[in-house]
Amino acid sequence: MRRGPSPFGIAAVTGGLAFLYAPIVLLVVYSFNSSQLVTVWGGLSLRWYRALAQDSQMLDAVGVTLRVGLISASLATSLGLLAAIALVRAGRFRGRTLFSGMVYAPLVMPEVILGLSSLLLFVSLKVPRGFWTVTVSHATVTLCYATVVIQARLAGFDRSLDEAAQDLGLTPARAFLAVTLPNIAPAVAAAWMLAFTLSLDDLVIASFTSGPGATTLPMRLYSQVRLGVNPEINAVSTLLIGVVAAGVVAAYLVQQRRRGPDGARVA
Amino acid sequence: MKRPPLSVLLPYLWLAVFFALPFVLVAKLSLSHAALAVPPYAPKLDLSHGLAGVADFLRGLDFATYRRLTQDRLYLVAYLSSLGFAGLSTAILLAIGYPMAYGIARCGPRLRPALVMAVILPFWTSFLIRIYAWIAILKPAGLLNLALAALHLPAVTLLDTNAGVVLGLVYAYLPFMVLPLYAVLEKQDESLIEAAQDLGLTPRQAFWRVTFPLSWPGVAAGSLLCFIPMVGEFVVPDLMGGSKTLMLGRTVWTEFFADRDWPAASAVAIVMLVTLVAPIVLAQRRRMALMP
Repeated sequence: MRRGPSPFGIAAVTGGLAFLYAPIVLLVVYSFNSSQLVTVWGGLSLRWYRALAQDSQMLDAVGVTLRVGLISASLATSLGLLAAIALVRAGRFRGRTLFSGMVYAPLVMPEVILGLSSLLLFVSLKVPRGFWTVTVSHATVTLCYATVVIQARLAGFDRSLDEAAQDLGLTPARAFLAVTLPNIAPAVAAAWMLAFTLSLDDLVIASFTSGPGATTLPMRLYSQVRLGVNPEINAVSTLLIGVVAAGVVAAYLVQQRRRGPDGARVA
Repeated sequence: MKRPPLSVLLPYLWLAVFFALPFVLVAKLSLSHAALAVPPYAPKLDLSHGLAGVADFLRGLDFATYRRLTQDRLYLVAYLSSLGFAGLSTAILLAIGYPMAYGIARCGPRLRPALVMAVILPFWTSFLIRIYAWIAILKPAGLLNLALAALHLPAVTLLDTNAGVVLGLVYAYLPFMVLPLYAVLEKQDESLIEAAQDLGLTPRQAFWRVTFPLSWPGVAAGSLLCFIPMVGEFVVPDLMGGSKTLMLGRTVWTEFFADRDWPAASAVAIVMLVTLVAPIVLAQRRRMALMP
Protein backbone atom coordinates (compact mmCIF):
# COMPACT_ATOMS: atom_id res chain seq x y z
CA MET A 1 0.00 0.00 0.00
CA ARG A 2 1.47 3.30 -1.07
CA ARG A 3 1.19 6.27 1.25
CA GLY A 4 -0.13 9.37 -0.42
CA PRO A 5 2.10 12.42 -0.72
CA SER A 6 2.49 14.58 2.37
CA PRO A 7 1.33 18.22 2.27
CA PHE A 8 5.00 19.16 1.96
CA GLY A 9 5.33 16.80 -1.01
CA ILE A 10 2.28 18.29 -2.71
CA ALA A 11 3.67 21.78 -2.15
CA ALA A 12 7.07 20.76 -3.56
CA VAL A 13 5.56 19.24 -6.70
CA THR A 14 3.18 22.16 -7.35
CA GLY A 15 5.84 24.74 -6.61
CA GLY A 16 8.40 22.95 -8.77
CA LEU A 17 6.03 22.65 -11.72
CA ALA A 18 5.01 26.30 -11.37
CA PHE A 19 8.69 27.27 -11.45
CA LEU A 20 9.20 25.14 -14.59
CA TYR A 21 6.16 26.42 -16.46
CA ALA A 22 5.69 30.07 -15.42
CA PRO A 23 8.39 31.50 -17.74
CA ILE A 24 7.15 29.41 -20.67
CA VAL A 25 3.53 30.46 -20.12
CA LEU A 26 4.51 34.14 -19.89
CA LEU A 27 6.55 33.82 -23.08
CA VAL A 28 3.60 32.31 -24.95
CA VAL A 29 1.11 34.89 -23.60
CA TYR A 30 3.33 37.83 -24.55
CA SER A 31 3.75 36.51 -28.10
CA PHE A 32 0.11 37.58 -28.61
CA ASN A 33 0.79 41.05 -27.24
CA SER A 34 0.15 43.91 -29.66
CA SER A 35 2.60 46.22 -27.90
CA GLN A 36 6.14 46.71 -29.13
CA LEU A 37 7.29 46.73 -25.51
CA VAL A 38 7.67 43.18 -24.37
CA THR A 39 6.52 43.77 -20.81
CA VAL A 40 3.61 46.11 -21.42
CA TRP A 41 0.33 44.47 -22.28
CA GLY A 42 -1.31 46.20 -25.26
CA GLY A 43 -4.12 43.79 -26.07
CA LEU A 44 -4.38 40.57 -28.08
CA SER A 45 -2.83 40.59 -31.52
CA LEU A 46 -1.27 38.34 -34.11
CA ARG A 47 1.01 41.19 -35.20
CA TRP A 48 4.25 39.36 -34.39
CA TYR A 49 3.16 36.22 -36.22
CA ARG A 50 2.53 38.32 -39.32
CA ALA A 51 5.94 39.94 -38.91
CA LEU A 52 7.44 36.47 -38.58
CA ALA A 53 5.79 35.26 -41.80
CA GLN A 54 7.61 38.06 -43.66
CA ASP A 55 11.00 37.56 -42.03
CA SER A 56 12.78 35.58 -44.73
CA GLN A 57 16.02 35.22 -42.75
CA MET A 58 14.14 33.60 -39.89
CA LEU A 59 12.20 31.34 -42.26
CA ASP A 60 15.42 30.27 -44.00
CA ALA A 61 16.86 29.38 -40.61
CA VAL A 62 13.75 27.33 -39.81
CA GLY A 63 14.19 25.44 -43.10
CA VAL A 64 17.86 24.69 -42.43
CA THR A 65 17.09 23.55 -38.88
CA LEU A 66 14.32 21.21 -39.99
CA ARG A 67 16.48 19.62 -42.68
CA VAL A 68 19.43 19.19 -40.32
CA GLY A 69 17.07 17.70 -37.73
CA LEU A 70 15.36 15.25 -40.10
CA ILE A 71 18.58 13.91 -41.60
CA SER A 72 20.64 13.82 -38.41
CA ALA A 73 17.85 12.21 -36.38
CA SER A 74 17.37 9.50 -39.00
CA LEU A 75 21.11 8.81 -39.14
CA ALA A 76 21.36 8.80 -35.35
CA THR A 77 18.40 6.47 -34.89
CA SER A 78 19.67 3.96 -37.48
CA LEU A 79 23.15 3.89 -35.98
CA GLY A 80 21.72 3.93 -32.46
CA LEU A 81 19.55 0.90 -33.23
CA LEU A 82 22.62 -1.03 -34.43
CA ALA A 83 24.60 0.09 -31.38
CA ALA A 84 21.78 -0.89 -28.99
CA ILE A 85 21.50 -4.35 -30.58
CA ALA A 86 25.25 -4.85 -30.12
CA LEU A 87 25.21 -3.64 -26.51
CA VAL A 88 22.17 -5.69 -25.44
CA ARG A 89 22.55 -8.90 -27.44
CA ALA A 90 26.21 -9.45 -28.24
CA GLY A 91 27.36 -10.10 -24.67
CA ARG A 92 31.01 -9.35 -24.09
CA PHE A 93 33.04 -8.69 -27.21
CA ARG A 94 36.47 -7.27 -27.90
CA GLY A 95 36.37 -3.49 -27.71
CA ARG A 96 33.05 -3.34 -25.87
CA THR A 97 34.37 -1.15 -23.06
CA LEU A 98 35.70 1.42 -25.49
CA PHE A 99 32.51 1.26 -27.49
CA SER A 100 30.16 1.77 -24.55
CA GLY A 101 32.47 4.53 -23.33
CA MET A 102 32.12 6.32 -26.66
CA VAL A 103 28.34 5.85 -26.52
CA TYR A 104 27.91 7.27 -23.02
CA ALA A 105 30.58 9.97 -22.93
CA PRO A 106 28.79 12.53 -25.13
CA LEU A 107 25.79 12.43 -22.77
CA VAL A 108 27.70 14.36 -20.12
CA MET A 109 30.34 16.04 -22.27
CA PRO A 110 30.11 19.86 -22.18
CA GLU A 111 28.81 21.06 -25.53
CA VAL A 112 31.66 23.50 -26.15
CA ILE A 113 34.09 20.58 -26.09
CA LEU A 114 31.97 18.56 -28.52
CA GLY A 115 31.63 21.55 -30.82
CA LEU A 116 35.30 22.47 -30.74
CA SER A 117 36.48 18.90 -31.33
CA SER A 118 34.10 18.30 -34.26
CA LEU A 119 35.18 21.55 -35.83
CA LEU A 120 38.87 20.61 -35.60
CA LEU A 121 38.09 17.33 -37.36
CA PHE A 122 36.44 19.11 -40.27
CA VAL A 123 39.26 21.65 -40.46
CA SER A 124 41.88 18.86 -40.53
CA LEU A 125 39.98 16.99 -43.21
CA LYS A 126 39.65 20.28 -45.12
CA VAL A 127 35.89 19.80 -45.36
CA PRO A 128 34.16 23.14 -45.99
CA ARG A 129 31.86 23.97 -43.07
CA GLY A 130 28.15 24.15 -43.76
CA PHE A 131 24.98 22.10 -43.80
CA TRP A 132 26.59 18.66 -43.81
CA THR A 133 29.14 19.34 -41.09
CA VAL A 134 26.35 20.44 -38.72
CA THR A 135 24.26 17.42 -39.68
CA VAL A 136 27.10 14.95 -39.08
CA SER A 137 28.00 16.52 -35.72
CA HIS A 138 24.38 16.43 -34.58
CA ALA A 139 24.05 12.80 -35.67
CA THR A 140 27.16 11.93 -33.64
CA VAL A 141 25.91 13.48 -30.42
CA THR A 142 22.28 12.39 -30.70
CA LEU A 143 23.31 8.86 -31.67
CA CYS A 144 24.24 8.39 -28.02
CA TYR A 145 20.82 9.46 -26.74
CA ALA A 146 19.09 7.26 -29.33
CA THR A 147 21.18 4.27 -28.25
CA VAL A 148 20.29 4.71 -24.58
CA VAL A 149 16.55 4.96 -25.31
CA ILE A 150 16.44 1.94 -27.64
CA GLN A 151 18.74 -0.08 -25.41
CA ALA A 152 16.39 0.32 -22.43
CA ARG A 153 13.47 -1.09 -24.39
CA LEU A 154 15.49 -3.85 -26.05
CA ALA A 155 16.82 -5.02 -22.68
CA GLY A 156 13.25 -5.41 -21.42
CA PHE A 157 12.14 -7.36 -24.50
CA ASP A 158 11.68 -11.12 -24.06
CA ARG A 159 14.28 -12.64 -26.31
CA SER A 160 12.62 -16.04 -26.41
CA LEU A 161 10.03 -14.67 -28.87
CA ASP A 162 12.83 -13.91 -31.26
CA GLU A 163 14.37 -17.34 -30.68
CA ALA A 164 11.03 -19.03 -31.29
CA ALA A 165 10.79 -17.27 -34.66
CA GLN A 166 14.26 -18.54 -35.51
CA ASP A 167 13.30 -22.08 -34.45
CA LEU A 168 10.39 -21.80 -36.85
CA GLY A 169 12.86 -21.24 -39.67
CA LEU A 170 13.39 -17.50 -39.93
CA THR A 171 16.93 -16.22 -40.38
CA PRO A 172 18.15 -14.07 -37.47
CA ALA A 173 17.81 -10.94 -39.58
CA ARG A 174 14.23 -11.76 -40.64
CA ALA A 175 13.30 -12.78 -37.11
CA PHE A 176 14.57 -9.42 -35.93
CA LEU A 177 12.54 -7.54 -38.52
CA ALA A 178 9.37 -9.60 -38.00
CA VAL A 179 9.37 -9.97 -34.21
CA THR A 180 11.76 -7.70 -32.37
CA LEU A 181 11.52 -4.53 -34.41
CA PRO A 182 7.72 -4.15 -34.21
CA ASN A 183 8.01 -4.62 -30.45
CA ILE A 184 10.66 -1.99 -29.92
CA ALA A 185 9.11 0.38 -32.49
CA PRO A 186 7.78 2.83 -29.85
CA ALA A 187 11.28 3.19 -28.43
CA VAL A 188 12.73 3.67 -31.90
CA ALA A 189 10.15 6.39 -32.54
CA ALA A 190 10.90 7.98 -29.15
CA ALA A 191 14.63 7.85 -29.94
CA TRP A 192 14.06 9.60 -33.27
CA MET A 193 11.93 12.28 -31.60
CA LEU A 194 14.57 12.86 -28.94
CA ALA A 195 17.35 13.10 -31.54
CA PHE A 196 15.26 15.46 -33.66
CA THR A 197 14.43 17.72 -30.71
CA LEU A 198 18.03 17.85 -29.53
CA SER A 199 19.15 18.81 -33.02
CA LEU A 200 16.43 21.47 -33.26
CA ASP A 201 17.60 22.86 -29.93
CA ASP A 202 21.34 22.94 -30.36
CA LEU A 203 23.13 26.27 -30.46
CA VAL A 204 26.68 25.54 -29.36
CA ILE A 205 27.66 22.63 -31.60
CA ALA A 206 25.97 24.23 -34.61
CA SER A 207 27.82 27.52 -34.02
CA PHE A 208 31.16 25.73 -34.09
CA THR A 209 30.51 23.47 -37.07
CA SER A 210 28.31 25.61 -39.28
CA GLY A 211 29.47 27.76 -42.14
CA PRO A 212 28.07 30.39 -44.47
CA GLY A 213 24.57 29.67 -45.71
CA ALA A 214 23.79 27.16 -42.97
CA THR A 215 22.53 29.34 -40.13
CA THR A 216 20.21 27.31 -37.93
CA LEU A 217 17.24 28.71 -36.02
CA PRO A 218 18.97 28.67 -32.61
CA MET A 219 21.94 30.52 -34.14
CA ARG A 220 19.61 33.17 -35.58
CA LEU A 221 17.66 33.40 -32.30
CA TYR A 222 20.86 33.71 -30.31
CA SER A 223 22.12 36.63 -32.38
CA GLN A 224 18.75 38.37 -31.91
CA VAL A 225 18.47 37.59 -28.19
CA ARG A 226 21.88 39.17 -27.65
CA LEU A 227 20.45 42.39 -29.05
CA GLY A 228 17.58 42.30 -26.57
CA VAL A 229 14.09 40.97 -26.04
CA ASN A 230 11.89 41.19 -29.12
CA PRO A 231 8.25 40.07 -29.49
CA GLU A 232 8.97 38.30 -32.77
CA ILE A 233 11.25 35.90 -30.88
CA ASN A 234 8.29 35.18 -28.58
CA ALA A 235 6.20 34.31 -31.63
CA VAL A 236 8.73 31.94 -33.18
CA SER A 237 9.39 30.38 -29.75
CA THR A 238 5.67 29.81 -29.22
CA LEU A 239 5.37 28.03 -32.57
CA LEU A 240 8.39 25.87 -31.74
CA ILE A 241 7.04 25.02 -28.27
CA GLY A 242 3.64 24.17 -29.76
CA VAL A 243 5.07 21.82 -32.38
CA VAL A 244 7.35 20.03 -29.94
CA ALA A 245 4.73 19.78 -27.19
CA ALA A 246 2.15 18.34 -29.61
CA GLY A 247 4.69 15.77 -30.84
CA VAL A 248 5.78 14.74 -27.36
CA VAL A 249 2.26 14.43 -25.98
CA ALA A 250 1.19 12.38 -29.03
CA ALA A 251 4.21 10.07 -28.65
CA TYR A 252 3.44 9.70 -24.95
CA LEU A 253 -0.20 8.75 -25.58
CA VAL A 254 0.85 6.17 -28.21
CA GLN A 255 3.33 4.63 -25.79
CA GLN A 256 0.80 4.51 -22.98
CA ARG A 257 -1.60 2.58 -25.18
CA ARG A 258 1.04 0.16 -26.39
CA ARG A 259 2.34 -0.54 -22.94
CA GLY A 260 2.64 -4.31 -22.64
CA PRO A 261 0.69 -6.43 -20.13
CA ASP A 262 3.90 -6.93 -18.17
CA GLY A 263 3.93 -3.17 -17.63
CA ALA A 264 7.28 -2.91 -19.40
CA ARG A 265 8.02 0.74 -19.64
CA VAL A 266 9.59 2.54 -22.53
CA ALA A 267 12.38 4.90 -21.65
CA MET B 1 36.37 -12.63 -25.58
CA LYS B 2 34.60 -13.06 -28.88
CA ARG B 3 34.77 -11.18 -32.13
CA PRO B 4 32.71 -7.98 -32.15
CA PRO B 5 29.27 -8.50 -33.72
CA LEU B 6 28.65 -7.20 -37.23
CA SER B 7 25.96 -4.75 -36.16
CA VAL B 8 28.47 -2.79 -34.09
CA LEU B 9 30.84 -2.02 -36.95
CA LEU B 10 28.99 0.93 -38.42
CA PRO B 11 28.27 2.83 -35.16
CA TYR B 12 31.77 1.92 -33.91
CA LEU B 13 33.44 3.41 -36.96
CA TRP B 14 31.16 6.44 -36.88
CA LEU B 15 31.97 7.22 -33.25
CA ALA B 16 35.68 6.51 -33.72
CA VAL B 17 35.92 8.99 -36.62
CA PHE B 18 33.49 11.67 -35.47
CA PHE B 19 33.81 11.47 -31.69
CA ALA B 20 37.13 9.89 -30.60
CA LEU B 21 39.44 11.13 -33.35
CA PRO B 22 38.47 14.79 -32.80
CA PHE B 23 39.73 14.56 -29.22
CA VAL B 24 43.16 13.53 -30.50
CA LEU B 25 43.05 16.64 -32.66
CA VAL B 26 42.07 18.83 -29.70
CA ALA B 27 45.00 17.39 -27.71
CA LYS B 28 47.35 17.99 -30.64
CA LEU B 29 46.16 21.54 -31.15
CA SER B 30 46.57 22.37 -27.46
CA LEU B 31 50.31 21.72 -27.98
CA SER B 32 50.51 24.08 -30.96
CA HIS B 33 50.87 27.86 -31.18
CA ALA B 34 48.41 30.46 -32.34
CA ALA B 35 49.47 31.89 -35.70
CA LEU B 36 48.21 34.37 -38.22
CA ALA B 37 47.17 31.78 -40.75
CA VAL B 38 44.19 29.78 -41.97
CA PRO B 39 43.52 27.71 -39.89
CA PRO B 40 45.06 29.95 -37.20
CA TYR B 41 47.70 27.70 -35.63
CA ALA B 42 51.17 26.25 -36.24
CA PRO B 43 52.89 23.87 -36.77
CA LYS B 44 50.87 21.95 -39.33
CA LEU B 45 51.52 18.36 -40.18
CA ASP B 46 53.03 18.25 -43.69
CA LEU B 47 53.09 14.71 -45.01
CA SER B 48 54.48 15.70 -48.41
CA HIS B 49 58.00 15.67 -46.92
CA GLY B 50 57.57 12.17 -45.52
CA LEU B 51 59.15 11.37 -42.15
CA ALA B 52 61.07 14.64 -42.08
CA GLY B 53 57.72 16.47 -42.15
CA VAL B 54 56.48 14.41 -39.20
CA ALA B 55 59.69 15.08 -37.25
CA ASP B 56 59.45 18.83 -37.97
CA PHE B 57 55.86 18.77 -36.83
CA LEU B 58 56.68 16.97 -33.57
CA ARG B 59 59.53 19.38 -32.82
CA GLY B 60 57.08 22.26 -33.15
CA LEU B 61 54.81 20.96 -30.37
CA ASP B 62 55.30 22.04 -26.78
CA PHE B 63 53.46 22.89 -23.59
CA ALA B 64 53.72 26.66 -24.00
CA THR B 65 49.93 27.08 -24.16
CA TYR B 66 49.47 25.20 -20.89
CA ARG B 67 52.18 27.32 -19.25
CA ARG B 68 50.27 30.36 -20.44
CA LEU B 69 47.10 29.01 -18.79
CA THR B 70 48.88 28.73 -15.44
CA GLN B 71 50.36 32.23 -15.71
CA ASP B 72 47.19 34.10 -16.64
CA ARG B 73 44.97 34.40 -13.57
CA LEU B 74 41.92 34.68 -15.79
CA TYR B 75 41.91 30.95 -16.49
CA LEU B 76 42.28 29.96 -12.85
CA VAL B 77 39.43 32.28 -11.89
CA ALA B 78 37.24 30.87 -14.67
CA TYR B 79 38.05 27.31 -13.57
CA LEU B 80 37.30 27.92 -9.90
CA SER B 81 34.18 29.98 -10.53
CA SER B 82 32.82 27.28 -12.90
CA LEU B 83 33.26 24.77 -10.09
CA GLY B 84 31.57 27.18 -7.69
CA PHE B 85 28.59 27.89 -9.95
CA ALA B 86 28.11 24.21 -10.81
CA GLY B 87 28.53 23.09 -7.19
CA LEU B 88 26.13 25.64 -5.74
CA SER B 89 23.56 24.98 -8.45
CA THR B 90 23.81 21.23 -7.92
CA ALA B 91 23.16 21.70 -4.20
CA ILE B 92 20.12 23.92 -4.88
CA LEU B 93 18.89 21.45 -7.51
CA LEU B 94 19.06 18.63 -4.94
CA ALA B 95 17.16 20.74 -2.42
CA ILE B 96 14.39 21.50 -4.93
CA GLY B 97 14.48 18.29 -6.96
CA TYR B 98 14.48 15.77 -4.13
CA PRO B 99 11.17 16.89 -2.54
CA MET B 100 9.65 17.04 -6.04
CA ALA B 101 10.78 13.53 -6.97
CA TYR B 102 9.71 12.22 -3.56
CA GLY B 103 6.30 13.88 -3.82
CA ILE B 104 5.72 12.44 -7.31
CA ALA B 105 6.82 8.97 -6.22
CA ARG B 106 4.22 9.06 -3.41
CA CYS B 107 1.36 9.87 -5.79
CA GLY B 108 -1.10 7.32 -7.09
CA PRO B 109 -0.24 5.13 -10.11
CA ARG B 110 -2.53 7.09 -12.43
CA LEU B 111 -1.19 10.51 -11.53
CA ARG B 112 2.51 9.58 -11.53
CA PRO B 113 3.12 9.18 -15.31
CA ALA B 114 1.35 12.47 -15.97
CA LEU B 115 3.51 14.29 -13.40
CA VAL B 116 6.69 12.74 -14.78
CA MET B 117 5.57 13.85 -18.22
CA ALA B 118 5.04 17.37 -16.88
CA VAL B 119 8.61 17.41 -15.57
CA ILE B 120 10.05 16.12 -18.86
CA LEU B 121 8.08 18.39 -21.17
CA PRO B 122 10.05 21.62 -20.53
CA PHE B 123 13.23 19.69 -21.31
CA TRP B 124 11.88 19.10 -24.81
CA THR B 125 11.36 22.78 -25.45
CA SER B 126 14.37 24.71 -26.59
CA PHE B 127 16.99 25.47 -23.97
CA LEU B 128 17.71 28.83 -25.57
CA ILE B 129 14.03 29.76 -25.53
CA ARG B 130 13.65 28.84 -21.87
CA ILE B 131 16.60 31.06 -20.96
CA TYR B 132 15.23 33.80 -23.20
CA ALA B 133 11.91 33.60 -21.33
CA TRP B 134 13.77 34.46 -18.11
CA ILE B 135 15.36 37.54 -19.66
CA ALA B 136 11.92 39.13 -20.22
CA ILE B 137 11.07 38.37 -16.59
CA LEU B 138 14.30 39.49 -14.95
CA LYS B 139 15.41 42.50 -16.97
CA PRO B 140 15.37 45.83 -15.08
CA ALA B 141 11.92 46.86 -16.39
CA GLY B 142 10.84 43.23 -16.65
CA LEU B 143 7.80 41.38 -15.40
CA LEU B 144 9.26 40.50 -12.00
CA ASN B 145 10.07 44.11 -11.16
CA LEU B 146 6.67 45.27 -12.46
CA ALA B 147 5.04 42.75 -10.12
CA LEU B 148 7.23 43.85 -7.21
CA ALA B 149 6.45 47.51 -7.92
CA ALA B 150 2.73 46.72 -7.92
CA LEU B 151 3.19 45.22 -4.44
CA HIS B 152 5.21 48.25 -3.34
CA LEU B 153 8.32 46.14 -2.91
CA PRO B 154 11.83 47.26 -3.90
CA ALA B 155 13.10 46.19 -7.33
CA VAL B 156 15.67 43.39 -7.62
CA THR B 157 18.51 43.06 -10.08
CA LEU B 158 19.09 39.47 -11.14
CA LEU B 159 19.87 39.67 -14.84
CA ASP B 160 23.57 40.07 -15.64
CA THR B 161 24.54 39.01 -12.12
CA ASN B 162 25.98 35.82 -10.68
CA ALA B 163 22.69 35.11 -8.91
CA GLY B 164 21.01 35.22 -12.31
CA VAL B 165 23.43 32.58 -13.59
CA VAL B 166 22.61 30.26 -10.68
CA LEU B 167 18.87 30.79 -11.24
CA GLY B 168 19.28 30.01 -14.95
CA LEU B 169 21.32 26.89 -14.29
CA VAL B 170 18.85 25.59 -11.70
CA TYR B 171 15.93 26.25 -14.02
CA ALA B 172 17.52 24.64 -17.07
CA TYR B 173 18.75 21.50 -15.31
CA LEU B 174 15.85 20.76 -12.93
CA PRO B 175 14.39 17.92 -15.06
CA PHE B 176 17.82 16.22 -15.16
CA MET B 177 17.86 16.17 -11.37
CA VAL B 178 14.25 15.11 -10.75
CA LEU B 179 14.16 12.17 -13.17
CA PRO B 180 17.03 10.02 -11.81
CA LEU B 181 15.84 10.73 -8.24
CA TYR B 182 12.30 9.72 -9.15
CA ALA B 183 13.55 6.54 -10.88
CA VAL B 184 15.15 5.42 -7.61
CA LEU B 185 12.45 6.61 -5.21
CA GLU B 186 9.62 5.07 -7.22
CA LYS B 187 11.18 1.60 -7.04
CA GLN B 188 11.74 1.77 -3.31
CA ASP B 189 9.94 -0.88 -1.30
CA GLU B 190 7.33 0.74 0.95
CA SER B 191 7.45 -2.10 3.44
CA LEU B 192 10.97 -1.03 4.44
CA ILE B 193 9.56 2.23 5.78
CA GLU B 194 6.75 0.40 7.52
CA ALA B 195 9.26 -1.95 9.10
CA ALA B 196 11.39 0.99 10.24
CA GLN B 197 8.36 2.66 11.79
CA ASP B 198 7.22 -0.59 13.41
CA LEU B 199 10.67 -0.68 15.01
CA GLY B 200 9.97 2.68 16.58
CA LEU B 201 11.41 5.26 14.19
CA THR B 202 9.45 8.45 13.62
CA PRO B 203 8.57 9.14 9.96
CA ARG B 204 11.32 11.74 9.89
CA GLN B 205 13.92 9.33 11.25
CA ALA B 206 12.72 6.64 8.85
CA PHE B 207 13.24 9.02 5.97
CA TRP B 208 16.79 9.97 6.95
CA ARG B 209 17.87 6.47 7.95
CA VAL B 210 16.12 4.35 5.30
CA THR B 211 14.71 6.28 2.34
CA PHE B 212 17.52 8.75 1.84
CA PRO B 213 20.47 6.31 2.07
CA LEU B 214 18.67 3.94 -0.33
CA SER B 215 18.15 6.76 -2.82
CA TRP B 216 21.87 7.52 -2.92
CA PRO B 217 22.38 6.13 -6.48
CA GLY B 218 19.73 8.56 -7.72
CA VAL B 219 21.36 11.47 -5.87
CA ALA B 220 24.71 10.57 -7.44
CA ALA B 221 23.26 10.09 -10.93
CA GLY B 222 21.28 13.33 -10.80
CA SER B 223 24.23 15.34 -9.49
CA LEU B 224 26.50 13.87 -12.16
CA LEU B 225 24.02 14.60 -14.94
CA CYS B 226 23.79 18.22 -13.85
CA PHE B 227 27.26 19.07 -12.53
CA ILE B 228 29.45 18.25 -15.54
CA PRO B 229 27.41 19.94 -18.28
CA MET B 230 26.92 22.96 -15.98
CA VAL B 231 30.70 23.38 -15.58
CA GLY B 232 30.97 23.75 -19.34
CA GLU B 233 27.73 25.65 -19.79
CA PHE B 234 27.84 28.49 -22.28
CA VAL B 235 24.32 29.78 -22.95
CA VAL B 236 23.33 30.57 -19.35
CA PRO B 237 26.43 32.54 -18.29
CA ASP B 238 26.51 34.30 -21.65
CA LEU B 239 22.89 35.45 -21.65
CA MET B 240 22.11 35.74 -17.93
CA GLY B 241 25.52 36.52 -16.48
CA GLY B 242 27.27 39.84 -16.47
CA SER B 243 30.37 40.64 -18.48
CA LYS B 244 32.44 39.65 -15.45
CA THR B 245 30.89 36.19 -15.08
CA LEU B 246 33.69 33.81 -15.98
CA MET B 247 32.94 30.18 -16.73
CA LEU B 248 34.97 27.63 -18.65
CA GLY B 249 32.43 27.11 -21.42
CA ARG B 250 32.36 30.82 -22.09
CA THR B 251 36.17 30.98 -21.96
CA VAL B 252 36.47 28.30 -24.66
CA TRP B 253 33.89 30.13 -26.78
CA THR B 254 35.60 33.52 -26.41
CA GLU B 255 39.11 32.18 -27.07
CA PHE B 256 37.79 30.47 -30.16
CA PHE B 257 35.42 32.97 -31.73
CA ALA B 258 36.55 36.37 -30.44
CA ASP B 259 40.30 35.92 -29.90
CA ARG B 260 40.84 33.31 -32.64
CA ASP B 261 43.24 31.61 -30.22
CA TRP B 262 42.46 27.99 -31.10
CA PRO B 263 45.33 26.44 -29.11
CA ALA B 264 44.18 28.20 -25.92
CA ALA B 265 40.57 27.09 -26.48
CA SER B 266 41.82 23.51 -26.98
CA ALA B 267 44.02 23.60 -23.91
CA VAL B 268 41.14 24.86 -21.73
CA ALA B 269 38.96 22.07 -23.16
CA ILE B 270 41.63 19.46 -22.42
CA VAL B 271 42.09 20.71 -18.85
CA MET B 272 38.33 20.61 -18.31
CA LEU B 273 38.18 17.11 -19.77
CA VAL B 274 41.10 15.63 -17.85
CA THR B 275 40.47 17.20 -14.46
CA LEU B 276 36.66 17.22 -14.33
CA VAL B 277 34.82 15.13 -16.89
CA ALA B 278 37.01 12.03 -17.09
CA PRO B 279 37.42 11.36 -13.33
CA ILE B 280 33.73 11.82 -12.60
CA VAL B 281 32.63 9.70 -15.55
CA LEU B 282 35.04 6.91 -14.65
CA ALA B 283 34.03 6.96 -10.99
CA GLN B 284 30.34 6.90 -11.87
CA ARG B 285 30.34 4.53 -14.83
CA ARG B 286 28.25 1.97 -13.02
CA ARG B 287 25.66 4.58 -12.21
CA MET B 288 25.20 5.47 -15.86
CA ALA B 289 22.62 2.71 -16.17
CA LEU B 290 20.26 4.91 -14.16
CA MET B 291 20.15 7.65 -16.71
CA PRO B 292 16.69 8.51 -17.99
